[in-house]
Amino acid sequence: MSNLFWIFISAAIVTNFVLVYFLGLCPVIGVTNKSDTGLRLGLATTFVMVLASLAAWVLNTFVLATAPFLRVIAFVVAIASIVQIVELFVKKTSPSLYRELGIFLPLIASNSQVLGMTIFQTNRGYTLPQGLMFAAGGGLGITAVLSLVGGIRERTELAPIPAVARGPALVFMIAAALSLAFMGFAGMGAA
Amino acid sequence: MSMIKKETSSPKSAGAVLTRGLWHENPVLVQTLGLCSALAVTNAVANSLAMGLATTFVLVGSSIIVSTLRKFIPHQIRITTYILIIATFLAIADMLLEAIVPDVHKAMGPYIALIVTNCIVLGRQEAFASRQPVGLSILDALGNGTGFTIALLMMGIPREVLGNGTFLGLHVMPKSFEPWVVMMLPPGGFFMIGVLLLAANWRDLRKRTRDRIARALATDVETPPREAPEPEVALV
Repeated sequence: MSNLFWIFISAAIVTNFVLVYFLGLCPVIGVTNKSDTGLRLGLATTFVMVLASLAAWVLNTFVLATAPFLRVIAFVVAIASIVQIVELFVKKTSPSLYRELGIFLPLIASNSQVLGMTIFQTNRGYTLPQGLMFAAGGGLGITAVLSLVGGIRERTELAPIPAVARGPALVFMIAAALSLAFMGFAGMGAA
Repeated sequence: MSMIKKETSSPKSAGAVLTRGLWHENPVLVQTLGLCSALAVTNAVANSLAMGLATTFVLVGSSIIVSTLRKFIPHQIRITTYILIIATFLAIADMLLEAIVPDVHKAMGPYIALIVTNCIVLGRQEAFASRQPVGLSILDALGNGTGFTIALLMMGIPREVLGNGTFLGLHVMPKSFEPWVVMMLPPGGFFMIGVLLLAANWRDLRKRTRDRIARALATDVETPPREAPEPEVALV
């Protein structure tokens, strides 16, 4: 039980997917203009990640044991299909949510966070509950970073920033500072 | 994916296609694509080089196939097809790296697999290889792959030299130099790309200001009675 807890904490904070593993930097630059959109995209990613973790476990256990070189191809196809199914499902059951998430959902398919998560999970040999915890923790960590960066960027909107620092350069400086702050958690829980 | 931009300039010659990706439209520094792998592996020069070459290989290979098959790939499922082609070449690159440089392969870990989701590779297929003949596509892929490698080295060299005092594992800094360990750690990666983008911005702004001054001067010659050049022109 405590093992699962530490996997969760370590995926969310200690080895944060964005700030420590550099996964999914495109959405960090692209959709963090507002804290709110960042939060929503983060939650959608979390959902897809948990499903992808389940799919990766199934593939690893039943299909890929004899053909490990097909792993990346299989994972990519699985993730793309999951995103497609989630999109159809959300569209059918909750059109309002679909309108809010609409543009973001397909983007998750081409996002390195989900694929990276499945590969980390495989390399570390996580069991199913461990993998699900890892995915949930990682997703919530991403959500936290997306909304944090979004919040900081909202503040910088009114600040007198020199022209040379506008755009992605500033976002990376913000990320560097956040990453430095998150380094403070390093070494917490040896999971 | 959302970051894939329209082509900013149409290629004039084969040479222009090759050199465009190197600097003026450098995928990392100008278009800010492919950052995940750019930041993750550049804490050592050897890893940066291996990542750059592997990405170039995948880019060239998939560009050849996509360009050859461009008339046969149905429009609706083109992205999925590109990803499958890219993943195939990635599997080859992965096994090659494991066979040739096992240490580097181990150090790069899962990030090799993440070449699949590198926006540069998919972006070039969608923006170039799917509409151009094979020869030009190879040149374009080579140019962009080399540009990516250059950008990786521009981050990898300072990070290894400052963070570890070494270059490709050899000590280059004086003994009294205290390594800036933070440059090897994740914040150093974000900081380094931030600095590079600042430099690129600065260069861009300066060039634009110069152009504007030059244009203002040129019009001045033709129509002498004009007031002082625009006041907002400032050399940053």
